[in-house]
Amino acid sequence: MLSSIPYTELRELARKDDCIQYELFFGPNFPGMHGNFGYILDVAGSTILRVRPNPGLLHRGFEKLMEQKLWFQNLSLIPRICVVDPDPNEVAYCGAIEKILGAEIPERAKFIRTITLEMSRMTSLLMGMGALGGMMGLYTVMYRMMDDREGLLSLFEWLTGARIYHIYNLPGGVRRDIPDGWTEKLEDVLKQLESNIVEWDRLMFENPVVQKRLSGIGPLTQEQAVNWGIGGPSLRATGFKADTRKDDPYAAYPYLDFEVPAVGGGDALARAVQVREEYILAISLIRQALKKLPEGPFKLDTGNPLKFIVPKGDAYNRVESSKGEYAYHVVSNGDLKPYRVSVRGPSLPGGLALCHEHLPGMLIDDVAIWMASLAICPPDFDR
Amino acid sequence: MRKNFFSPYATWKNFFKKPTTTRYPKEDITFFDKPGASPTYRGMHTNDHELCIGCGTCEDICPTSAITSPGKKGVVPVIDYGRCCFCGFCVDVCTSRSLSMSRDYIYTIESPPELQADDEVDMKYNSFLIKPDSTHEENPGHQTPDEDSWLDLIRTPMEEIPAEERIKSFREFVKGFTREQAFKEASRCVECGVCEETCPAKMEIPKYIRAVWEDDLEKAVDIMYNTNPLPGICGRICTHKCETVCSISLRGEPVAIRWLKRYAVDMLEDDKYRELMKKEIPENGGTAAIVGSGPSGLSAAYYLRLAGYKVTIFEALPQAGGMMRVGVPKYRLPHEAIDRDIDYILSLGIEIKLNTRVGKDITLEKLHDQYDAVYISTGLHLGRKLGFEAEKLPFVAQAIDLLRKVTLGEAVEVPEKVIVIGGGNVAMDISRTMARLQLEKYGKVGVTTLSLESEEELPCDLEEFIESREEGVTVMPSYGPKDILMEGDKVTGAEFIRCLSVFDSQGRFSPKFDEQEKITLQADMVIESIGQASDVSFIPEDLLEKLEKTERRTIKVDENQQTSLPWLFAGGDLTSGPDAITGIADGHRAAKGIDEFLRSRK
Repeated sequence: MLSSIPYTELRELARKDDCIQYELFFGPNFPGMHGNFGYILDVAGSTILRVRPNPGLLHRGFEKLMEQKLWFQNLSLIPRICVVDPDPNEVAYCGAIEKILGAEIPERAKFIRTITLEMSRMTSLLMGMGALGGMMGLYTVMYRMMDDREGLLSLFEWLTGARIYHIYNLPGGVRRDIPDGWTEKLEDVLKQLESNIVEWDRLMFENPVVQKRLSGIGPLTQEQAVNWGIGGPSLRATGFKADTRKDDPYAAYPYLDFEVPAVGGGDALARAVQVREEYILAISLIRQALKKLPEGPFKLDTGNPLKFIVPKGDAYNRVESSKGEYAYHVVSNGDLKPYRVSVRGPSLPGGLALCHEHLPGMLIDDVAIWMASLAICPPDFDR
Repeated sequence: MRKNFFSPYATWKNFFKKPTTTRYPKEDITFFDKPGASPTYRGMHTNDHELCIGCGTCEDICPTSAITSPGKKGVVPVIDYGRCCFCGFCVDVCTSRSLSMSRDYIYTIESPPELQADDEVDMKYNSFLIKPDSTHEENPGHQTPDEDSWLDLIRTPMEEIPAEERIKSFREFVKGFTREQAFKEASRCVECGVCEETCPAKMEIPKYIRAVWEDDLEKAVDIMYNTNPLPGICGRICTHKCETVCSISLRGEPVAIRWLKRYAVDMLEDDKYRELMKKEIPENGGTAAIVGSGPSGLSAAYYLRLAGYKVTIFEALPQAGGMMRVGVPKYRLPHEAIDRDIDYILSLGIEIKLNTRVGKDITLEKLHDQYDAVYISTGLHLGRKLGFEAEKLPFVAQAIDLLRKVTLGEAVEVPEKVIVIGGGNVAMDISRTMARLQLEKYGKVGVTTLSLESEEELPCDLEEFIESREEGVTVMPSYGPKDILMEGDKVTGAEFIRCLSVFDSQGRFSPKFDEQEKITLQADMVIESIGQASDVSFIPEDLLEKLEKTERRTIKVDENQQTSLPWLFAGGDLTSGPDAITGIADGHRAAKGIDEFLRSRK
């Protein structure tokens, strides 16, 4: 009924106090919320009037914990900051340490890191797309994406020993070499995933229902996105080509030939299509990296982990994750433990700041879609 | 984007597909040899209790403190799965390869009946700790081969003067660590303490290695003096039993504990060293005499002096140091190092009487009268003989006598061709000493060293064997002496027969020879180095008869080095060893024993 009324009229309707005003806790109890985070919404009817983000439900004290553990012990903690996309965290932390040490990791380690980073991006994008489908009630997408994700997780399990918490990167390289037969299996999985894209197009991107549902939600112009500090696919969906992989290359990205996609449009539909393009790019990057994978050592000799010391200094290291730019600011006092580790999560500007701009005037049913399309992941800012 | 009315319905074709989640395309779920998780999966822990040495490194690295050693280190660790995060770091740092993870991820145990009662809270808590057991061993997962290990397995190389240079002089050829090398080497230590248990003197090795790593040499040397007053000497010639058991050596090369000790002592400036040795000594009026100024005697003197006794050392030779001085060539242990260590000990106010042979210049009874207690540590200064007729000739010599003469600067005959019989460290020492003297005199080396033992079982250190060969000594293992040939009063050579085995099946010394395979070597001199014996002629016969002996005819001592005569203590090579560090440990124990004995007598 309500959706037949034009959006602008609805807004007016709500302002005229024709509907009952109430406060809604849009938190973990809501099926559409990602993780343990909440918005306190002042709502009139179905329209949001005011929003107060309520973080802290997920606060795990990671940054403080890291100051109390050895440099190597922290490696087991870091992937837990972001469950769906753990590898950028590991690489950002290890890369920062390598920057302070002034160490150049072996070529093979760079390529292996690139492959795992892109695989991790794919698992995360699949999860994101699946979530977006789920938010629209299109749970088939979720199931199909989870099935596709399984192939990648199995490969992760074979390479790193675990499906989710890989704990695979070390300061100075990676923990173990690629096992025999793994790359062939990865090729197989990539082939299958690529062939599935056609089906997703039919199921989601070419689906008129989806297109109508997504268009117009959370519109962002290039200027707005830059000013708000939105990064990653959400920024590129506005047509702005900015990508840490290109701007501040790390791992083996300088050796790979790629063009960052920028769909343009800036609303939830553009962001969904942008995710699709990023996913295709990830497949191509993995294939390139596999082709160029050099032989040689996969880690530096960093000595006894119990007496591993990072010299005095600090480093800020950025890594492009599936949601945007993950960055670690690592400060060392030349001690056995970090003096300070500060994490910059990519969802922070979107989840805590942009919501004040976008949510008022939006319908309650769109909030979950808005969050999924901007890839707002509460563990990012609620560490 | 293409718009198609049928698009949403196209996925219906999946209705006819097999409704399974596939791990890998084209494969069913049993892709690996066994169904289940991948071969590197980090599942439940397994620990091979036969291999585990209880070093506790897994406990140190565990980020969640899930692994604990109940009681103390040195026992098999237990794991609390309520805390474990399955990172597998414990496996990556395991020194003994005993710890691994399995592919099992479900672990249920039936509660023991006693736990079902609610009142046993303590027991419930303790039973939550599960020993990583071997029930998962058939299903191996995450394992760490040596090349993936997080431990630093490669030793920092020690710089040495090359063989062609070092043979030209008696200069010390091991250069010692630089500051950077010492840091690197000290950082390899995982501080497990296995070495500490093995060291005869129980030196606090992990502590002083950590002090070296922290660049606090004063602290390091101070820690060493707690248990060993001769660190500079031990840092050069110790038999380093600690390195043999070093937990890093199970996967790689052991930590160079001996060189680190030497680094700390050598690099500490003299004034700081002196500051360190300034100790408040509470005089207690007791007196003690020590016979022999070897490592054991010096060690006993140091700790007795610290306890407040007035100590006098009696030394038969013109220089202090005992076997360290006259038994070890200068290229291994330069005299400056000996002097430095001894000077610091003597600076505490210990009196030393050189050129005073007990039994000749002063009798043991007199010492007993003048002093409250006597510690004898005279060492093994008599060479054992083979019993050939030629041994009466001057050109058949004992290695230990020759070494002493060379050290004290007495004249020794250096013929062109020399045969050394023996395969121990002393045999290598005399071979290399003679090689140096020969090179100086003739410009070439003509030393042949023959040992009963085969190359694998040579009793000398491997590095001694290698260095001897580098310096031009011909080492021939597996030959036993048959006879020493002589013409008139001149030695012409020696006959050797092939030795097939040295020990019998029970491990007793019982060499078997092949009489057919005989070789004859020409030589102008034959040096015997087949072991040493103690000279206890200074003990009067009536006392010697009263002293209890062990099965091996050595003086019997208790755990305080006390003999059956309460006032007489004995130690060093006389009762144990033979090596310096055991002697030092004996001296320390004897000092405690004498202190205890004299206090109880008052």
